[in-house]
Amino acid sequence: MADQAQPRPVYRNIHVSQIVKYRLPPAGIVSIGHRISGVLMFALLPFIVWLFDVSLTSEVSYGRFTSAFVAGLWIFPAWIVKLVTLGLIWAYLHHFIAGLRHLWMDATHAVTKEFGKVSALVTLGASLLLTAVLGFKLFF
Amino acid sequence: MADPNFGSKRLVVGAHYGLRDWLSQRVTAALMAVFTIVLVAQVLFGGKLGYDRWAQIFSAQWMKVLTFVVIVSLAWHAWVGIRDVWMDYVKPVGVRLALQVWTIAWLVGCCGWAVQVLWRL
Repeated sequence: MADQAQPRPVYRNIHVSQIVKYRLPPAGIVSIGHRISGVLMFALLPFIVWLFDVSLTSEVSYGRFTSAFVAGLWIFPAWIVKLVTLGLIWAYLHHFIAGLRHLWMDATHAVTKEFGKVSALVTLGASLLLTAVLGFKLFF
Repeated sequence: MADPNFGSKRLVVGAHYGLRDWLSQRVTAALMAVFTIVLVAQVLFGGKLGYDRWAQIFSAQWMKVLTFVVIVSLAWHAWVGIRDVWMDYVKPVGVRLALQVWTIAWLVGCCGWAVQVLWRL
């Protein structure tokens, strides 16, 4: 805004090295976070169904469910299982809250610039705070 | 047949393809949100959580029906979302088709497994 004469860079075929230099507004961070969290949950779907399976099937399998977080699972030590679970917790919370924001905007046509920014900040704050609380419960 | 809508006369816009995907993703999202709230409420209010109470939550018939609906919703929702990801980033048609086929297999496989877990409870 201060210096209009300075030429702005124009990207026609965006490269990964350029993407990391983008400065996104809060709504942009929520948006790419929504996509990343969705892909993460999709990729880890078998792990999620496995947790569903062993936690429900029997008392014996429930023991395997709890021991995954204490003694580890297959070749993975417990801290990795917990870290992956923490990633899934963040992914679910972010996707859930960002999704509610979407539904709210769709239903009310709340498309002001200000609402977009405030609701994005609320989404980021709430999902990270809840992730921290549940992460604390998971690790300590 | 005054207004044929096939062959070279086929109207390629206005078929609401995009709207259908958009709407189904919203509806399935709302169903999953309801499920989440119902499950969290049952976990939070009801005493100490162990295998017995966890299994009890899912063995109620209405909860089984709701969970089944959510499993199908999840697969549908993820299909729309992941297909969007492939369409955004993967341009070669053959690779994209292979990824889409794999996505369907992945989702249907996980769905079947989850339903199996639910059914034998």
